[in-house]
Amino acid sequence: MLEYSSKYFAEERNQSLHEVGVERPRSDVQGHVTGRTQFYADRNFPGLLHLKMVRSPHHHARIKSIDVSKALKVPGVVRVLTAADIPSNIYTILCLIQVEPNDEPVLAFDKVRYKGEQIVAVLADSQRAAREGAARVKVVYEPLPAVFDVEEALKPGAPLVNEYHGRNWFTYEGHHCRRVRHGDVEKAFAAADHVIEEKYQSSPIEHAPTETTGCIVVPDSNDRFTCYSNTQALYFTLDNSALILKSPFHKLRLVGGTVGGGFGGKVDVIVEPIAFLAAMLARRPVKYEFSREEEMQVSSPRAAERIYIKDGVMNDGRIIARKVRLYVDAGAYSRHSPYGTTKAAAHMPGPYTIPNVWVDSHCVYTNRTPSSAMRGFGVTIGDFALEVQMDKLARLIGMDPMEFRILNAYRDGDLKAHGKETTGAALVECIQAAAQLADWPIGERYKAMSSQRKGA
Amino acid sequence: MNRIPLRFHLNDAEIGEFIDSGTTLLSLLRDKLGLTATKSGCNQGSCGACTVLINGAPQLSCLVLAARCEGKSVATLEGVSDNGTLHPLQRAFMDGFAAQCGFCTPGMIIAAKALLDRNPDPDRGEVIDAISGNICRCTGYEPIIDAILAAAAEMRGGKRKSA
Repeated sequence: MLEYSSKYFAEERNQSLHEVGVERPRSDVQGHVTGRTQFYADRNFPGLLHLKMVRSPHHHARIKSIDVSKALKVPGVVRVLTAADIPSNIYTILCLIQVEPNDEPVLAFDKVRYKGEQIVAVLADSQRAAREGAARVKVVYEPLPAVFDVEEALKPGAPLVNEYHGRNWFTYEGHHCRRVRHGDVEKAFAAADHVIEEKYQSSPIEHAPTETTGCIVVPDSNDRFTCYSNTQALYFTLDNSALILKSPFHKLRLVGGTVGGGFGGKVDVIVEPIAFLAAMLARRPVKYEFSREEEMQVSSPRAAERIYIKDGVMNDGRIIARKVRLYVDAGAYSRHSPYGTTKAAAHMPGPYTIPNVWVDSHCVYTNRTPSSAMRGFGVTIGDFALEVQMDKLARLIGMDPMEFRILNAYRDGDLKAHGKETTGAALVECIQAAAQLADWPIGERYKAMSSQRKGA
Repeated sequence: MNRIPLRFHLNDAEIGEFIDSGTTLLSLLRDKLGLTATKSGCNQGSCGACTVLINGAPQLSCLVLAARCEGKSVATLEGVSDNGTLHPLQRAFMDGFAAQCGFCTPGMIIAAKALLDRNPDPDRGEVIDAISGNICRCTGYEPIIDAILAAAAEMRGGKRKSA
């Protein structure tokens, strides 16, 4: 294997690097094994208030009325927050990179669009009083028809989930989906020796970090506020909080970096803006911590996806056409899903050079829990589908699956379906090395292949 | 809630406190005594992050009423290192990359200590049994098991497996 590592990427390798392969202790590990690592919740503040959220029991409903009077009478309850308290209630995380429109309320007011959506925040001296107060908030709902399936949601007459989009899909530059068009797939299917179409589907996946999502906001001197958070996205959180609170940035300070398991599940900005506001209004430290149940029910999971892949393949092993329809279930709000859907579209040909590719990648709104980031989101489920498909194709034409992948792997200089030229390709070498490690015999012809075409 | 007196032995100290009768041991440790090495991951007895020793046996402190500890001896991770000298389990976790995010680590070390205190020479299966109530979501179980076995070997006087 060392032979491979020195042979490939020699030009890209800076020989002065000498850390690769050397064991270094983690910089934070002594804190971990002694329990001195300070997670956000390991701080105690006098006068701490606990925030408990009133959540929708419905997947989709109109809010007719909200009555907090009984909650305010619970001993220990200090105050409640509703949508009317939020300076700029409607936001979307990725407005910072122009993925718009704003489509999600910090606190719901006219409608709830998924089960567990935030409506009223109750602040109290103790967790017990906060729970008791939340249980006494009376919300009257008018249930609405809900849609839970991405293809059902796209049909005419489906219940409209999110009015800020006006339709049940995210619009990409005037189009109803993110598209990739490369060559002529229909012509290639007609010329292919074999054509197969398969359907792949995944469920939402919860990250289930051992430490649940949460933060504590503490009023500092000079009308400034410090937020101790376990967010994975400190600056997204700072910027979005400032926008939601209509607050100058210098009033808000984020302290973080210690995360008890994230995996993408702590990239959204959910707990901090409301905790900031609560601390501003109550002038006391406020803790908003998801219970385990909330972490599982309402924190964003990896999106469910449904993927149809139609391939045209020749008897000699070349894939000549790939047509993909891909549906990302964003749930009720955008969060990171429009971005993940774009990643999926660019990724879907896989790391293979296919001359004719057609991809429609849909970001669809349903009344399910909003989905968002998780390790490799937008491409992980696609890779599962693609590589199962590759095995099926290899079997169909009687080729070895490793050799089939080597044959189709992209080479330096190949044009990818989305129009970028391939550089730094190493897939052929990776598969060769994997085959060798696994004692998987591959033919001499394939052992001789390279990610550099060398004129071939 | 009634406030009741509670006396118990915690690590190296005798503790006397007045507590609300519904207070869990986890809440007493973290919120009142400021000993935050013991973590709250689920508060429902599922994750093992709050594991402490009560009279030497591993217990989930989120499910134990503090009042039940009257007269007992409670040990947390804060008491595992001896005057700044790390316990062999702590060193083995450091050397063996057995901690990633660190949130499950206190519970893991306590569960492992309970095992080694009663069985100095466990086999791999016994180690797996001992930490089967402790969830690690960074998927680090193999290095954790290796670290516990390495610490056991060192504590028996054997040589530590080199990393």
